[in-house]
Formats: sequence, C-alpha cells, structure tokens
Amino acid sequence: MNDLVTRSGDRRQVRMATIRRVGFQTILIREFGRIVRIWSQTVLPSAVTAILYFVIFGSLIGRRIGPMDGFDYMQYIAPGLIMMAVITNSYANVVGSFFGAKFGGYVEELLVSPLPDWVIVLGYVGGGVIRGLLVGGMVTVVSLFFTRLQVEHPLVILAAVLLTALVFSLGGFINAVFAQSFDQVNWIPTFILTPLTYFGGVFYSISLLPGWAQTLSHANPVLHMVNAFRYGFLGVSDVEVWRAFAIMLAFVVVLYAVAVALMTRGTGLRQ
Amino acid sequence: MHALSVSGLSKIYANGVQALKGIDLDVEEGDFFALLGPNGAGKTTLIGIVTSLVNKSAGRVAVFGHDIDAELGLAKRCIGVVPQEINFNQFESCETIVVNQAGFYGIERREARRRAEKYLRLLQLWEKRRTMSRALSGGMKRRLMIARALMHEPRLLILDEPTAGVDIENRRAMWEFLRRINASGTSIILTTHYLEEAESLCRNIAIIDGGRIIERDRMANLLRRLHTETFVLNTRQPLAVAPALAGHVVRLVDEHTFEVELTKEQSLNEIFARLSALGIEVLSMRNKVNRLEELFMRLVRPMHGDAGAGGQAA
Ligand SMILES: Nc1ncnc2c1ncn2[C@@H]1O[C@H](COP(=O)(O)OP(=O)(O)OP(=O)(O)O)[C@@H](O)[C@H]1O
Ligand SMILES: [Mg+2]
Repeated sequence: MNDLVTRSGDRRQVRMATIRRVGFQTILIREFGRIVRIWSQTVLPSAVTAILYFVIFGSLIGRRIGPMDGFDYMQYIAPGLIMMAVITNSYANVVGSFFGAKFGGYVEELLVSPLPDWVIVLGYVGGGVIRGLLVGGMVTVVSLFFTRLQVEHPLVILAAVLLTALVFSLGGFINAVFAQSFDQVNWIPTFILTPLTYFGGVFYSISLLPGWAQTLSHANPVLHMVNAFRYGFLGVSDVEVWRAFAIMLAFVVVLYAVAVALMTRGTGLRQ
Repeated sequence: MHALSVSGLSKIYANGVQALKGIDLDVEEGDFFALLGPNGAGKTTLIGIVTSLVNKSAGRVAVFGHDIDAELGLAKRCIGVVPQEINFNQFESCETIVVNQAGFYGIERREARRRAEKYLRLLQLWEKRRTMSRALSGGMKRRLMIARALMHEPRLLILDEPTAGVDIENRRAMWEFLRRINASGTSIILTTHYLEEAESLCRNIAIIDGGRIIERDRMANLLRRLHTETFVLNTRQPLAVAPALAGHVVRLVDEHTFEVELTKEQSLNEIFARLSALGIEVLSMRNKVNRLEELFMRLVRPMHGDAGAGGQAA
C-alpha cells in the first residue's frame, strides 16, 4: 500500500545543476508550445503584415521611389522588415507570456520551484528569441518571393538578429514585471516600439534626412540594429557596425541585470 | 530533524497590515501537522513566506535545515505546495501542467511522463489528462493541484485548504490518500476550516489567530484539555420543559430535542439513569459540534470579542 509514493528514504535529491538545466529546457518547451498553440496570434500576423508591406511599399510605391543606397527599394527594405518582425515578436512573446502567467497566477508554479531567478528570466527570454527568429525566418522566406536577398556577411546577420531578439525579449520581460493590466502590456509596443522602429531606418536611409534629424536618429537604438543587420546582407550601413554591436551588447547586459534584479526583489510578483 | 523550523517570523504587507507577529513554530519530520485559524489569521501568509511567494519582514525559516536566506534553492527543492487559490494556466492540459511542473524541479521529461501517469491515476485524473484545466470541475482542479505538488516527490507537502469545495466522497478519498502519502515518509502541513478533517488526520496542531500562535500541542493532548462536551439528545415523547438534571446545564432546543453539558468527571450512564427515572426515552444522541471545533471556538472566540466577529470555524 505504501508503494504509493517512493518511500522517503529511497528518494534521491535532484542536483541543483540538473534542476537549472532541465528547468530551463522546460520553460523553453512550454514557451514553444504556447507559440504553436496560439500560432494565429503569434506567427501569422507578422507574416501577413510582411506580405502587405512588400506588396504596397515594395511593389506598388517602391517602383516609383527608385534606388536607395544603390539597391532597388524592395531589396533595401527587406532586411528592415525582417528586423521589424523580430523586434515586435520577441517583445510581444515575452511580455504576453509572462504577464499572462502573472495575471493567471501560474507564475507561482515557477516562483515556488527551486529554479533561480536568473534561469527563469533566461527561459522566458529564450522563448522570445525563439519566436523572434521563427517569425523573422518566415518573413525572410516571404521576402524571397518579392526580391533577391544577397548575403555579404552571414555572421553579422546572425549576431545582429540574435542580439536584437535578446534586447527586445528582455524589454518585454521588464514590461511584464511592471504591467498591472493588459493596457500596460500594449502601451510600450504601440507608443514607443513602433515609432522607434518606423524611425529606425527600416524604410529609408537616414542620409535622406536633414542634419538634425540624422543626429536625432543616432540616439535611436533600433537604427543601429537595423543597419547592422542590413550591413550583413547588403554591405551598406548608415552607422558604424562595431558601434551598433557595442550598443546591442550593452543593452543586453544592462537589461538582463535589471530583469534579474526585479525578479529577486519580487517587484509585482512577491508581496 | 525539523521539516520546518520558523522563528521570530513577522510580516507587514505594503498596505501596513501586520499579518504575522513573531511566529515560532517547529514541525518534525514525518509529522502530519494541522495549521488552523480563522479567516485572515495569517496561515496563507506563513505558507507564502515558506514557499517564497511572500517576502518576510523579519525572522528565520529553515526547511530540513536549509535556511531560506542562505540556501533557498535547496529549501524549495524539498517542498511541494498546494495553494489555496487555483492557479493553473487555463489553456494547458492536465498532463502538460504536471509534466512541466516536474521539469521546474529538474525531473527529466521521460521520468516526468512516467510520474504524471502515476499521480494522475492516483488522483483519478488520468482520463482527463488531455483536458484543458479550465474544463475541469472545482474538485478535479483541487486534485490536479495535489498531483502537481507531488510530481517531484517532496519531503514536505504543504496544503492550503486542499478540500475547500470538494464533495464528501472525494474529501474522504483525499484524506485516505494523504494518510498514505504521510505513511510513506512525507511530512505534511495542512490548513483547513473543516476541523473534523484536522482531527481525523493530524497528530500535531497549531492554532494561529491575529498573526500569533495561540496554541501548539499534540492533537490528543489538546482534545484531552477539553473539559466539557455538549450532547444533543432526541426524545420519543414531546417535552414541555427541559428535564431537570441537577448538576448539569440543560437546554431545551425544541419539543423533541434538548442539550446537556457534561464535564469530564460526569458519566453518560448517570444521565441516562436519571432520564429513565423521569420516564424520558432517548432515541438518538450526538455531539453538538465536533470536539476540536468546540475547543477551537473557545480558544479563538475570546480574542474576537463578540461572536460572529469573523471567527467562524467552519
Ligand atoms: N497581498 C496582501 N496585501 C495586503 N494584505 C494582505 C495580503 N494578503 C493577505 N493580507 C492580509 O494579511 C492577513 C492574513 O491573511 P492570510 O491570507 O494569511 O490569512 P489566512 O489565515 O490564510 O486566511 P483564510 O483562512 O481566509 O485563507 C489578512 O488581514 C489579510 O487581509
Ligand atoms: Mg488562507
């Protein structure tokens, strides 16, 4: 009758290193499951948006715009549109998933577990990166129907997309920690992220702008990300690529530290 | 070894409510321990601190010797918790929920699947394994929370009102199940407002009220301290007045029912002898309330002043 539960003397304690490894994997699996389960909210919208952008800006309007930095317009905006999808999706995934866990109370499943805070952050951020890369990859495939993508520096492409996904996943996590309502989940993407992306050189080279606007644009981190990414494809950039990477790295380090500190303090999570 | 050792524990919430006022409490390994107290006494707060859902304001907590300030991970590894509020992801299936929970405790997926089958079967949820948690009945959700808490086979299981809203049959089954879990060496701490439940399951007990432990004893000792008991008797003949039983407090409830208070020294035989002499035939008899409940009311009530000041026991 008492074989019901392994007798306490026979139970082996799982090592903390195993807990961290398996726990991290489990969060990733759960996040991936969520992305797949609600695919019509997670992967479909960006693919549809990308097609619209390519049709309208690329084919219809782009033909009148003429070359940008020596490339035809469609070719020029393709990396920007991919990056836009990566930014939107990595952010949305983490803010949506973590706020949902907080709101639904099931974040407690993680909070009571022996997983350290830094692993929990890493797991959610990993989920955001997965979605960012997944949707970014889909938009890339879509773009191939409209234009030809040349690849100058594949490693630059990979590093830029990965760092960008990390930055915005971390941003989404911090947003979720502070958010008290679904309004506050949508606020930053609508009023901050979208403008930064649209003014971040997705659709144009900032060399077209007057001097003051160029200077202002340089303060926009998205400009650096998009241009580093575009540099990987086309070999042209409005900014210095090394500086773009320095900025991205700095953001990753600072945001990660902030996210873990917030978890540890229990802001919005532990009373 | 103490499964749980708490000393000087205080909690003041951000809104200024002082939920715990210096709690000292030890729970032995292997114990089946009841933590009782009226609504708002601080039970959930105490459990929240032990499971790191609530930050303490002062004091020390150790789980199997692991201090939560120094070795939080090691402490939490030993604990399985069934929260008071249902907290599932509504859109996840039963199996996904328990398998993932095992993962958060470092149980590899293959083993987690094996245990999921074992515990879902034990809690009669295996047929529901693919059902989303929101489609479960209230009682099923409670059972799923127990399955989830057991997936990593914790040394200490903490249950915060696990049987709230569970029907009688399922509650009895749950008791039997918890007894067996305890017999296999798992220490259990249980809060409940069903005092019958605590009386039948638990060996040791603490009563908390207003953020303080007001009683801490073996269940048997505590019940022995109950000096008077009230019995309710039903008679065949209608009664106009309460039968006169010198030396007893007697109260007529309705024409077929009266209550008698008995102290420990008085015997039931004597009462029946005197009732027979009066020609009163007793058809049935029961305790007015369960014994622990009676004691609980006596301990907790005075602190609340008037009856009904939020100190209801069940
Ligand atoms: N998050 C919170 N913020 C502020 N005060 C709180 C919070 N949670 C609980 N309290 C207060 O702390 C006190 C203790 O609450 P707690 O939930 O620990 O009681 P309890 O013994 O579990 O009660 P119940 O039997 O109703 O579940 C109450 O006065 C409650 O109002
Ligand atoms: Mg409670």
